[in-house]
Amino acid sequence: MRYIPNSPEERAEMLRAIGLDSAEQLFDSIPRDLLLTAPLRTPAALSEPEIIVRFEQLAARNAAARRPSFLGAGAYAHYAPTIIDHLISRAEFFTAYTPYQPEVSQGTLQAVFEFQTLVCQLTGMDVANASMYDGSTALAEAVLMAERLTGRSRVVISEAVHPEYFEVVHTYVQHAGIELARAAIDPHSGRTSTADLATVDDRTAAFVVQSPNFFGCIEELSKLADLVHQKGAMLIVAVTESASFGLLRPPGDCGADIVVAEGQSFGVPLSFGGPYVGLFATREKFVRQMPGRLVGVAHDKHGRRGFVLTLATREQHIRREKATSNICTNEGLIALAATIYMATMGRRGLQEVAHQCAQKAAYAARQIASLDGFSLPYSAPRFNEFVVRAPVRADELLKQLATERNITGGLPLSRYFADRPNDFLVCVTELNTRAEIDALVAGLKQLAVATVAA
Amino acid sequence: MNGSKITKATPHVTQNEDLLFERSRRGRIGYRLPALDVEPTPIDEIVPAELRRDDDLEGVPELSEVDVVRHFTRLSTWNYAVDHGMYPLGSCTMKYNSRLNEKVARIAGFANLHPLAPAEEAQGALEVLYELQQHLAEITGLPGVSLQPAAGAHGEMTGVMLIRAYLDARDGKGHGRDVMLVPDSAHGTNPASANLSGFRVKTVRTTPEGLTDLDQLRELCATGDVAGLMLTNPNTLGLFERNIREICHIVHEAGGLVYMDGANMNALVGWARPGDMGVDVIHLNLHKTFSTPHGGGGPGSGPCCCTAALEPFLPVPRIVREGEAFKLDYDRPQSIGRVRAFYGNFGMAVRALAYILTHGPDGMREATEAAVLNARYIAQALASDYEKPYQAPPMHEVVFTDKRQARKGVHTLDIAKRLIDYGFHPPTIYFPLIVQGAMLIEPTESVGREELDQFVAAMRAIAREAEEEPETVRNAPHTTRIGRLDEAAAARRPVLRWKPTAKAESA
Repeated sequence: MRYIPNSPEERAEMLRAIGLDSAEQLFDSIPRDLLLTAPLRTPAALSEPEIIVRFEQLAARNAAARRPSFLGAGAYAHYAPTIIDHLISRAEFFTAYTPYQPEVSQGTLQAVFEFQTLVCQLTGMDVANASMYDGSTALAEAVLMAERLTGRSRVVISEAVHPEYFEVVHTYVQHAGIELARAAIDPHSGRTSTADLATVDDRTAAFVVQSPNFFGCIEELSKLADLVHQKGAMLIVAVTESASFGLLRPPGDCGADIVVAEGQSFGVPLSFGGPYVGLFATREKFVRQMPGRLVGVAHDKHGRRGFVLTLATREQHIRREKATSNICTNEGLIALAATIYMATMGRRGLQEVAHQCAQKAAYAARQIASLDGFSLPYSAPRFNEFVVRAPVRADELLKQLATERNITGGLPLSRYFADRPNDFLVCVTELNTRAEIDALVAGLKQLAVATVAA
Repeated sequence: MNGSKITKATPHVTQNEDLLFERSRRGRIGYRLPALDVEPTPIDEIVPAELRRDDDLEGVPELSEVDVVRHFTRLSTWNYAVDHGMYPLGSCTMKYNSRLNEKVARIAGFANLHPLAPAEEAQGALEVLYELQQHLAEITGLPGVSLQPAAGAHGEMTGVMLIRAYLDARDGKGHGRDVMLVPDSAHGTNPASANLSGFRVKTVRTTPEGLTDLDQLRELCATGDVAGLMLTNPNTLGLFERNIREICHIVHEAGGLVYMDGANMNALVGWARPGDMGVDVIHLNLHKTFSTPHGGGGPGSGPCCCTAALEPFLPVPRIVREGEAFKLDYDRPQSIGRVRAFYGNFGMAVRALAYILTHGPDGMREATEAAVLNARYIAQALASDYEKPYQAPPMHEVVFTDKRQARKGVHTLDIAKRLIDYGFHPPTIYFPLIVQGAMLIEPTESVGREELDQFVAAMRAIAREAEEEPETVRNAPHTTRIGRLDEAAAARRPVLRWKPTAKAESA
């Protein structure tokens, strides 16, 4: 096996050196009747060329990866500068462990410190951790943190939060004695209804809202923050489309207490859902209840600046069952990719990406809204996603669009909401060309007419 | 040289790289996008001003592409990594990360695949997940597999929740089984995961031989409130729990289930299977045993494997096969629910599958054998110079202590830092918690004999230094670009982000 340096002859010598006759003796502490007597039934070893062919063949069966797409809903196709993959492919980064020994881990530690700072800058918050698994689990951890901070056990979640995020929160809190309630959306604006936030009461630990929300609408965060804070509850803001930070008022400026986000938009491949990276930021006063790792500044005895893992007394390896979270491994390399993305795009690029997304989405929305039979049910301002109501079943329409026009036109909302057969969610990013948008619009027009006529 | 005097050289910037924010210079650009190709809409008509940010992203770096490449390349040179050499962190399994696995995970048909693409157009990805599930089931002897957990601790939480859901279904809610037993040698994630799943944690002692105390286990199980046991096997002392059948029997007789932490599965693959031992549920770390890279702290992947009895409770969606087609199955009414959006860290699944297919059954067995042999070789070679608190022959990792060196005032931390001067990453230190001054060494199979010998020589040299010149060890490392950092001061006044100085702001 080419990944094992010692040859069989060297291993035989080593066995003799430690006084053993056979490799089997290495496993003497395992009761004999538990030792396998036959080889594992997994496929026989393949050579490198065979592996490449096998995976190329598998990848070729993912037709959706090869066509223009308007899918978003928690995972977004954005431009990723070429240097990201080169830099994260440096062995010094990707084959290192969690930086437990700071003297030989300063590269990772300084990059994490930069990541934390960038997350603070974009979210408008004071402190950010070294990453969570993804946006959904970051949200679940935020809910648990709010419960610890407030001592209250009820959490209200907007119905415009990504359905899968809600499911993850539900799984996490089901044994924590936390009661989950939902806040309705306004059927006209598409925003979480602020008219009546009676769902938030004095037992409520936190109100959870996503902005832009699952339906693409930008929420009135400042207004929500005021209402929520009046009840002594915390406002948790989730962001699935981090490109929006380049344009929208940061949640921290709007009064959010905890901000979580999915950082995949920052130069991370779609990769069928992962690995992604969860961003987690909060106010300075809450830092000791934060989950996850934190990197801070430290100095050596000569006064030289360095970076270390810090405030570890919150964490599982010290506090065990009393820790703020069970998280250990996080998404280090993906956080590094996001850091490189933010640095490369920089102050100007982050804004330009956001503006192009908003402009192209506005163009697409206008074109689709002008089609006979199609409408945009929500009036609230949007960033780069919007709901379209079709005159026919959306799932069938989109399937036709894929097979006949080679375009993935969006996400049928029936995937999550059985009562919305004709609605679909369209996402437009800076990567979608005008020609693609025009082809989408033309395809929708002709296929819908054909379907209605049939 | 026109007479200019060369004074003592100051360190090159590569050894003193500023933060991104300090390197930023107004007006520098590191990207270029295609020009906007649609008629622009006045921005106020898209997003009104009160919903837009008004800080112009002040403080976010402005850098050229060259600046960014040099910055991160310089930072990278300050890291020790598996590709430099032996990285013997115990229970972390720092084995070689194959470039082939990196290559296949980046194939465009995987990398560009949206998770919400229709299943019929993502058949290749679903087949990867399904096939990996099948192989992990075979390797562990546990047929139900979910790849959704994103890391080991996430897999633990999932596994413990499965136990909870199973007991609720079997005994009805309010069964009163709210105790999770965790050995005192366990990883901290175990009790934290149990707590997250609503269990009270009770600790099981380790015997002087380094194994789970069966008598105490029986006592703890006699109270009727035990939901299960979380056991690492081999345990974190590197010892196989040879009474594993009896342990499982005791817990099962008491009505509980056995969860195995699979962090140390690199000692078993191809030789023995948890499912055959009586274990009900296990998590694996694809980023340990199956060689997906640790990435400086992730991403990981923590698949959960369980018995057929627990299978109905696994997270949704399940990846299933119907004839020739692979599908996402959401119709699992007893499921604990989702533990993560989408299907887990798919990119890690691609790499792990490539690992399994590259090794084949023989290669995996060979890797396990080589990993255990390397650890055993070190165990024997260092016993003359370091205290070995448990005498039984270890599996894939071995624990030593600083007991002999401590007499000269040299402690585990000092020995660890001194190893850096000799060119090695230190082992896991001060873990497991039950061993005072622990040094937990796991070489893995990815180290050749000459490097093992060098490591042993370095450890022996340090033992000698501890006797003859303890100050040298106590002040280590001497060769790194920074010395030991004052972690206590860092925690007292935490600085967790860069902020502009007053001077920079006014400039």
